[in-house]
Amino acid sequence: MGIDWQTFRLTLQLAFTVSLVLLLLGLPIAYWIAFSRWRWKFLFEAVIALPIVLPPTVLGFYVLVALGPRSPLGRWWIALTGHTLAFTFAGLVIGSILYSLPFAVQPFAASFSAVDTRLISASATLGASRLRTFLRVIAPLSAPGLITGIALSFAHTMGEFGVVLMVGGNIPGVTRTVSIDIYDRVQSSDYAGANQTALALLVVCFALLALVYGLNRRAWVIHPIK
Amino acid sequence: MSDIRTMVDVAAPSRDTPIPSTAPLHAKFQKRLQSRGNEFLLDVAIDATPGFTILFGASGAGKTTLLDCLAGITTPDSGRISLADRLLFDFSCAVNVTTAQRRVGYVFQSLALFPHMTVEANVAYGLAHLSPAERTRRTTSLLEAFRISHLARRKARGISGGESQRVALARTLVTDPDFLLLDEPLAALDAPTKASIIDDLREWNRTHNIPILYVTHSRDEAFALGERLIVLDAGRVVAHGTPHEVLSAPLVETVAQLAGFENIFDSVVEAVRPERGTMTCRIAGDAGGVVLETPLVRGGVGSMLRIGIRAGDILLATSPPTGLSARNVIPGRIQSLEQRDVIVSARVRCRIEMEVHLTLAARDSLELTPGKEVWLVIKTHSCHLMQR
Repeated sequence: MGIDWQTFRLTLQLAFTVSLVLLLLGLPIAYWIAFSRWRWKFLFEAVIALPIVLPPTVLGFYVLVALGPRSPLGRWWIALTGHTLAFTFAGLVIGSILYSLPFAVQPFAASFSAVDTRLISASATLGASRLRTFLRVIAPLSAPGLITGIALSFAHTMGEFGVVLMVGGNIPGVTRTVSIDIYDRVQSSDYAGANQTALALLVVCFALLALVYGLNRRAWVIHPIK
Repeated sequence: MSDIRTMVDVAAPSRDTPIPSTAPLHAKFQKRLQSRGNEFLLDVAIDATPGFTILFGASGAGKTTLLDCLAGITTPDSGRISLADRLLFDFSCAVNVTTAQRRVGYVFQSLALFPHMTVEANVAYGLAHLSPAERTRRTTSLLEAFRISHLARRKARGISGGESQRVALARTLVTDPDFLLLDEPLAALDAPTKASIIDDLREWNRTHNIPILYVTHSRDEAFALGERLIVLDAGRVVAHGTPHEVLSAPLVETVAQLAGFENIFDSVVEAVRPERGTMTCRIAGDAGGVVLETPLVRGGVGSMLRIGIRAGDILLATSPPTGLSARNVIPGRIQSLEQRDVIVSARVRCRIEMEVHLTLAARDSLELTPGKEVWLVIKTHSCHLMQR
């Protein structure tokens, strides 16, 4: 009984990993969405937004199939590591990245689009490459959007349930996250344990979000975008 | 900057028109733009020699699009842009040098200072390829030249309009561009500040001697700065030459010019008095029409000009006026009076028909009614001449 801190450690580990990967993966995707003039771009944007509307079980099901031994990705992973991706931490990370992708990409892209295009042109006339323009002008001016995107994808990963259940199962120390643990306890009538764990998750999530939004606010108020 | 000052001042650029095509900056291109259902075609051929070339035109004439194409921010649909022996854009050879590689200086109307950086960091931004020592040396020298050293550590978003304009110029000039595009960089500045920035800019270009395309719609600025002037209207070059030639001579009639003239008449030049700076022009009408004294423009006796007179520029008297400085006094009779908001529009028959605007008070105190005999008074310089 009591709180199983191992599930908290695992959940935080998952959320940090996913947020980090989404930061690296989301920046180029958001940059492309914000600045590409490709006419079919909207189709790609719709695909990115799918996880917002699809039930997590549907997403989880497809991820499970894609990671399984019958898919090319699954076979490649088995050839590489000797075991399947499904029901592992790595598989959980992949599922969570897809699940939280729009929560990172959309705020990123919105804040990139909000940067005055004249500033981007000015940077180019001053001889700066696209990368330098991004690092020195676009990214600093988009800081609030970047922080929001990371905070949202972190929070979204902390609270996910359906995808984890489908892709990860319920293996203690490997794929048993806090939300699964709470569900388990309720199933086995351990209401006291479920209550404590749920309250702990609530407090941890609130503390993290308050910290992030507090930092975000500072970025605006104290150093008007460093 | 001192090391560049050894450069020899070249002779003043030729004022001949048409501009010789040996000019360093040579551009001829088309760009079609579509916005909110309106199609706009920019179709221009321009040359710019070292020194100031003024780009003059109403808003919407395509000035900014033209500069954007030269800078490589917008890609033309066809044509060619070259700077001395460097090809910057050629549609037929699929050459399109990126903005970053064009060595162009461009100060936007919005200035586009990086708001999150200090003034110093803004000015040093274009010097990333230099060693830190050289970067600091050049930045410090430009900050001093533009008298903004005291702002170096301030955030760009916290400084005043005039200061921002100096910073934007310094940030662009510090990179030693091969040609310079200035899009109304001094708009909304008071005259003394403007004059002092223009002096700094002239001083800078005495040693650099690069082509500078300067967009403005202020006549005063055009006269103060320009050796050459290009007039752009609805995407086309409609006139070019020295500011004196272009702005003092009748321009090709354009929509922008006709706006605001209620009275437009065709006329023939009857006499030219260069010693007084005036001409007389006859407007055809009943009984020989009306003869008006107008400002002197290019064009001899017998040439056909169009005269525009604003209805609000005409004075109306109920008895024959005497002792006036105005040269044109025309007797006539009121045809009709029509009230529009707080303005009364009077149609006056005086061998031709003229529209005159009055205040309600003027109508009442003069007891104006249709049929009343009146005299119209028009100053020489209220007659605006345009080519037909």
